[in-house]
Amino acid sequence: MTLEITTIAPAELHAEMLRLKEERKMDYLRNLIGMDWGEEGLGVIYMLESSETGETANLKTLTADRENPCIPTVSDIWDIANIYEREVFDYFGIKFLNNPDMRRLFLREDWVGYPLRKDDKPEQENPLRMDDEPLADTTTEYFLREDGTLASRQHTIFAPEDYVVNVGPQHPSTHGVLHMRVKLDGETVRKIEPVLGYIHRGIEKISESLTYPQMLAMTDRLDYLSAMQNRHAMCMCIEKAMELEVTPRIQYIRTIMDELQRIASHLIYYACMTMDTGALTAFFYTFREREMLCKIFEDNFGGRLIMNYNTIGGVQYDILPDFARQVKEFCQALRKRFHEYQDIYTTNIIAQQRMIGVGTLSLDEVISRGVTGPSGRASGWHNDVRKRHPYALYDQVEFNEIIRTEGDTNARHWNRMDEILESLHIVEQLIDNIPEGEYQVKRKPIIKLPEGDFYQAVESSRGEFGVFIESKGDKSPYRVHFRSNGLPLVGAMDAACRDQKFADLIAIGASMDFVIPDIDR
Amino acid sequence: MALIRKPKIKSIPYEDFKDNESLEQLIDQLNEKGTNVIVTTADQLINWGRSNSVWPMNFGTSCCAIELMAMGAARFDMARFGFEVTRTSPRQADLILVCGTITNKMAPVLRRLYDQMADPKYVIAIGGCTISGGPFTKSYHVVKGVDQILPVDVYVPGCPPRPEAFYYGMMQLQRKMKIENYLGTVNAKQKDEHKQEAQALQQKILNEEQEA
Repeated sequence: MTLEITTIAPAELHAEMLRLKEERKMDYLRNLIGMDWGEEGLGVIYMLESSETGETANLKTLTADRENPCIPTVSDIWDIANIYEREVFDYFGIKFLNNPDMRRLFLREDWVGYPLRKDDKPEQENPLRMDDEPLADTTTEYFLREDGTLASRQHTIFAPEDYVVNVGPQHPSTHGVLHMRVKLDGETVRKIEPVLGYIHRGIEKISESLTYPQMLAMTDRLDYLSAMQNRHAMCMCIEKAMELEVTPRIQYIRTIMDELQRIASHLIYYACMTMDTGALTAFFYTFREREMLCKIFEDNFGGRLIMNYNTIGGVQYDILPDFARQVKEFCQALRKRFHEYQDIYTTNIIAQQRMIGVGTLSLDEVISRGVTGPSGRASGWHNDVRKRHPYALYDQVEFNEIIRTEGDTNARHWNRMDEILESLHIVEQLIDNIPEGEYQVKRKPIIKLPEGDFYQAVESSRGEFGVFIESKGDKSPYRVHFRSNGLPLVGAMDAACRDQKFADLIAIGASMDFVIPDIDR
Repeated sequence: MALIRKPKIKSIPYEDFKDNESLEQLIDQLNEKGTNVIVTTADQLINWGRSNSVWPMNFGTSCCAIELMAMGAARFDMARFGFEVTRTSPRQADLILVCGTITNKMAPVLRRLYDQMADPKYVIAIGGCTISGGPFTKSYHVVKGVDQILPVDVYVPGCPPRPEAFYYGMMQLQRKMKIENYLGTVNAKQKDEHKQEAQALQQKILNEEQEA
């Protein structure tokens, strides 16, 4: 089940993309993956989807020039492409013509080389630098002159007279090490410029030198609050490539785990949200329930936060006989206490004034910026992967896709709250019916995937998480790409916070609920 | 009178710690040249106070930070040991808990945070990533051990460590604080090269101003 990818020449790319967007309504750019095909050249794979019909299309383009690889931009068609193209430029040095902002995304501006190229030796050229990182206030745009030669022009990000405040990388409310340069006019935010890469661990590059079972350990540590779902995606992608069927028992366990993980993540979301807006007491409420979940996780899989549970063709251990009872107890307790969260925080007048009508994103904005998950669904976009491309048992259980149309902080908050109940509903449907069977399908000890491209997406706690693998038939992948669910969220911060108050930036950021290691990978 | 031989902390008896040898070595080293009775008695009082109100800076870059949050919540409750005043500013903290992977881009920032802390200051490296790079040792963008950029007092292994392991590490630090010579030594750390560098720079600027 390899992906079908149409090859297209760089010269025709822009017109074709525009046609797909206009005629076939491909308004959601799922992925933009940089590739190094060695002698064939450098290129990009585009994965598109229509938000109306659910149709998908995959295209690729490549250029043989390794010195000055140039590909036309699509950032004028989809807003999210801008940040994706910066990532590809950072990794492969592909210059996207007419993209107004061609800077590195993750690595330092004085980094030498392009680490994901197969012939690059990043460690030799880049020793640990302890001097402060240069941060330019201008950016470059590359374009072709009429005679076909490459030229560049500079654009200003921040003018000398602008008042710019740095939020992060060490800031309690950026949920990790996000750095935002914020242009202020009094108390009002005029522009946000995220600086990423403070936790860029190079997982995609490391994975290229690991075997498939070894690679699994990395996925848990990407978005550690969706550890189960991330690993589930990776395992499914590999199983899809191997054409391995798993038993119903495994499907049941995986689905239950995904939902429990989602609940745990949303409970942490609530704790962070309340803490960021100054309500410390509420933080203790959800952590009380989360500890119950951690106990279940620990008893069954030996890990509280990072479980390392899914394996290729199954799960690591069988669940304990006590598992169903524990989970049911938890579900009951959470349902009983759920109203407390709303009593102490959500229905509070101060919290409501901080949330209602603040940080609004429109439907077109979320689709164009690829904001998936509860944040995208708060603006009315039906983007739940569990409904769009059902996997595991999601086509057999009954659940609602939570949709709101306001698009503000309040809608994003309530979406997550409602998803907790929806996840409980899914777990309760499954927990009594776990069938008997193998918890690990028999497979060969050495895993080699057939040649081809494979993609598998799951609905993680904060959006679509996807795993893309290109295999050349070896024990390790040729290229791995993760569709980060947080990167579009950070990309949308500028649109959501513009002309809002500075204090609301914190609340909006909390309601987006990004996890930085997943953004930086 | 010598320094405290067996530093006692309230939470765990001395014998229950796993590696008393390294601590005893440290005590011997500190006692080599003999000690002053009055100063050490005052030291003990000050150290008692210091070790029971350690203010950590919550510096979390990745997974371990969530366990740090769990540590602050009700079940593990760090307030029991005097650690509950977590500060987000380095200028108000005694201790930096390095929770999570440190990348090349983050390293200068972390170093600057450490430099901004007031003496006496301590570092605990939490989790595999900070100790050696952990699962990401092969990466081109990960610092292979935070001890390359900061002097580490206590290492807590795990991926991520359980909150109990955090406490064990914090209590090791409490013991370390209890045996230190405070007056004249810890409270007057002038040999730090970064500090000397900063002073030289300040002097240079002053001189230039005077000349102008």
